[in-house]
Amino acid sequence: MDLGNLGSLAYFWPELVLVATILVVFVVDLFVEDKERLGDLALAGAGLSLLAASRQFGGETGWLFSRMIVLDPFAVFFKVLFALAAIAIVWMSLDSREVRSFRSQGEYYGLLLTATLGMYLMAAASNLLMAYLSLELLSLVSYVLTGYLRHDRRSGEAALKYLIYGGVASGTMIYGMSWIFGLTGSMDFAAIHAELFSGSPDRLTAFVALVLVLAGFGFKIAVVPFHMWAPDVYHGAPIPVTAFLAVASKAAGFALAIRFFYPVVSEMAGDGTWKFLAGLDWPQLLLVLSMVTMTLGNLAALSQQNLKRLLAYSSVAHAGYTLMGLVVLSDEGLRAVLFYLVVYYLMNLGAFLVVMIVANATGREDIDGMRGLAWRGGAAPAVAMSVFLFSLTGIPPLAGFVGKFYLFAAVVERELYFLALVGVLNSVVSLYYYARIVKTMFLDFPEAGDGTVRVGLHSGSLLWGLVAGTVVLGVYWAPVVGLVDRSLRFWIG
Amino acid sequence: MDHLLSSMTFIPLVGVAIILLLPRQAHNAIKWTAVAATTPPLVLAVWLYLNFDRTHPGFQFVERAAWIPAANIEYHMGIDGVSVTMVLLTALLCFLCIFASWGIDKGVKGYFALFLLLDTGMMGVFCALDFFLFFVFWEVMLLPMYFLIGIWGGPRRVYAAIKFFLYTLLGSALMLIVMLALYYSVEPHTFDMTKLMEAHGSLGRLSMWAWLALFIGFAIKIPAFPFHTWLPDAHVEAPTAISVILAGILLKMGTYGILRINYSIFPEETAQLAFWCLAALGAWNIVYGALCAMAQKDLKKLVAYSSISHMGYVMLGMASFTPQGINGAVLQMFNHGTITAMLFLLVGVIYDRAHHRDIDGFGGLASVMPVYTGVTAVAFFAALGLPGLSAFISEALVLLGSWGRYPELAIVGASAVILTAGYMLWALQRIYLGPVNEKYRNLPEINGRELFTLLPLAAIVVVLGVYPHAVLDLMRLSLEQLNQTVLVHF
Repeated sequence: MDLGNLGSLAYFWPELVLVATILVVFVVDLFVEDKERLGDLALAGAGLSLLAASRQFGGETGWLFSRMIVLDPFAVFFKVLFALAAIAIVWMSLDSREVRSFRSQGEYYGLLLTATLGMYLMAAASNLLMAYLSLELLSLVSYVLTGYLRHDRRSGEAALKYLIYGGVASGTMIYGMSWIFGLTGSMDFAAIHAELFSGSPDRLTAFVALVLVLAGFGFKIAVVPFHMWAPDVYHGAPIPVTAFLAVASKAAGFALAIRFFYPVVSEMAGDGTWKFLAGLDWPQLLLVLSMVTMTLGNLAALSQQNLKRLLAYSSVAHAGYTLMGLVVLSDEGLRAVLFYLVVYYLMNLGAFLVVMIVANATGREDIDGMRGLAWRGGAAPAVAMSVFLFSLTGIPPLAGFVGKFYLFAAVVERELYFLALVGVLNSVVSLYYYARIVKTMFLDFPEAGDGTVRVGLHSGSLLWGLVAGTVVLGVYWAPVVGLVDRSLRFWIG
Repeated sequence: MDHLLSSMTFIPLVGVAIILLLPRQAHNAIKWTAVAATTPPLVLAVWLYLNFDRTHPGFQFVERAAWIPAANIEYHMGIDGVSVTMVLLTALLCFLCIFASWGIDKGVKGYFALFLLLDTGMMGVFCALDFFLFFVFWEVMLLPMYFLIGIWGGPRRVYAAIKFFLYTLLGSALMLIVMLALYYSVEPHTFDMTKLMEAHGSLGRLSMWAWLALFIGFAIKIPAFPFHTWLPDAHVEAPTAISVILAGILLKMGTYGILRINYSIFPEETAQLAFWCLAALGAWNIVYGALCAMAQKDLKKLVAYSSISHMGYVMLGMASFTPQGINGAVLQMFNHGTITAMLFLLVGVIYDRAHHRDIDGFGGLASVMPVYTGVTAVAFFAALGLPGLSAFISEALVLLGSWGRYPELAIVGASAVILTAGYMLWALQRIYLGPVNEKYRNLPEINGRELFTLLPLAAIVVVLGVYPHAVLDLMRLSLEQLNQTVLVHF
């Protein structure tokens, strides 16, 4: 299926709903007094978009808008994930003290949905131009959202840093894309693939181009050495935005990276494995990046006092783990990545949610602010946080273990034992700093002046939802693996 | 009795759910729920003991069901002669430890919920026949243990808890890689231990590394030198009942894992590596643990180090590959479980009264607390291997068995008995004999609840000292078969 502009609209409902909601939110913002309603509006829009996206499962596949966008199960999977993320973040924002302090809440929710739209397009891009535009749409909105706490210097500084790093990264990426265009004479993914595998492009040039493009993806998923922005940005941004960046923006980066490195520059060899272009050994490069990323992220996280910074470094480490699934060139690996992104969504969002609950009550985001949380009215968030943190460590029977299990399994199947060893040793290191938080919540006792913590209605319901997901997926995950398996189909034409 | 093992494993988990629903202040209701949740496993264990087919070396009471069919992960439980003794020990000690925990008054709800969760994890480890399931249960124990030591422990509890957690997680991380490698080494891919045993570690040149990685994982739990340093810390800081569980059951998982996985899946590597990794290291553990115990001032630390020494006998016996040695080893696992449980319970009794455990800080307790001293004497004499009490039989079997293969090591092991007698008797003398310490003249005698936790164990110690076949019969055939799989590779 290869549709033109008008014909494509019928397959574009999830995005159209989002666009409509964004416009409505911006306009309604001008008229209503009760700004909280805008959040509900955004929630409804994201919900409808989720409905529209999930209806595309198992539907038709093909190119839309003259091959700019592709509609395949892989894209649908990510759209659903992003819609769920948007819903959760809006839901979380409704309880956030920071968001309530914004004068222009409509703008905030509108921008959040715009970022979601950018992710939708990223996961579905099938042309270098589209890939770049969607990535920039997401990035620009992210810069604004990061700097949203206007009176907080940290927030402004973070936004500036993000902007500068991001600008350099996307500049590097588009430079690499121009090399690819020069090599293959096309910006269309399918055409690039055909040219790479049928013609004989210069290997070295192609490799340099790949490395340059990798800078763009690497920036989004915070892989070393493109991770420097993450701690500052995560630290400075309002907590819901941080969660959004850590969960959804990272998944979008992985979606685009997978689409680029797999169907575009590699070839399916049948029997569930892939072949990279001879002489273009990018898996080796990613393997090194993966090991360095997880090790550096974990070591840096050890000494953090601020929870958002700690989670930022931990998310760098998790990017390293996730990358393991990309280096093995097999469907097993890709399945592990997709599955990991799902469980990562649950546990990391949950962790940020607890940070927000505590920050709402006490205004503190550091580890000491969690002192004796379990003994000062916060038993529920403390238990939930422990579940999320132990899941992040990868301890069964929690979802994070299953996620890591699939990643390690994919690596061991390819007999990359050293990578697996580095991975598991890193998990042990990570336990140390995750357990430090648990220790502060349970084993330390509150001191005078540590306020009591109450959980709001919105955050409470979301919290238990995420805990339930983390536990249930740790015990029985067959349906999600099934879904991931069905989603691992690329429309190549 | 189709779901005997599942019931034993998951009834405590039902208890966890009920306890979580009870109000925080309902201390008695919570404690009695815990009793109600650990009694059925004990009753079932007795039934199991009576109905276990002693003429059948293979797995019994097998249950299997698909769990995650796409990855061929099964819910597969079953026990043979090795696991049945451990299941009995677990059911008994968990039941008794609920009563030993009766004095807990801080965070009662959390304590008993975590305790029962721990119970589920331990029982599951001894019953699981699917490697994945085994691993999940193995890790499930870590979390409750971390909190039980970390919240209810002594002054340095936080340090001890994280040390225990990190060490064990390191071990299981290595285990995870081997587990995955084994999974991919067989066609069709499976975690089923019985199938992996048939395939006999088809990892080729990697088998040696796999064996060592598994061994390190299990050696940390035993704990074998040089992986033992978490043990004294964890023991000293843990509350009494948790020390009992740690020494009585958790340590056995190390040797159990080696028998169940290293021996049966990698028999060839076992034959090659057993001398250095098990026999020599075991003998070293016996002497090293005893010397360390001798140097202790804290009674609980003394018992902790004596565990290291006694587990050395298990390692030595296992590595002898003679029927006596290997039977002695598993019997020693059971005996050490009961005796060390008694010792820790007894330490808890005086700690509750005197609030310290300094061996030199007492004196003449025999005339103040005669009943208590009587029970202690039984436990101490059992621990030092007095004939007529259970540990004598198992240690004698171990030494007898290892004499046939490594006479030098058997001599080392046998001489260390003197060291054991030395530190045990010396401690006994300093605490119970001699002039009465006036400070403790009015120490109350051991009470009924405390006796209730000790007497069943004392009875077992005496009975097994006279009639070891009560346990040996259970495991003889399974161990013979296990022994044969390794022996053919010598």
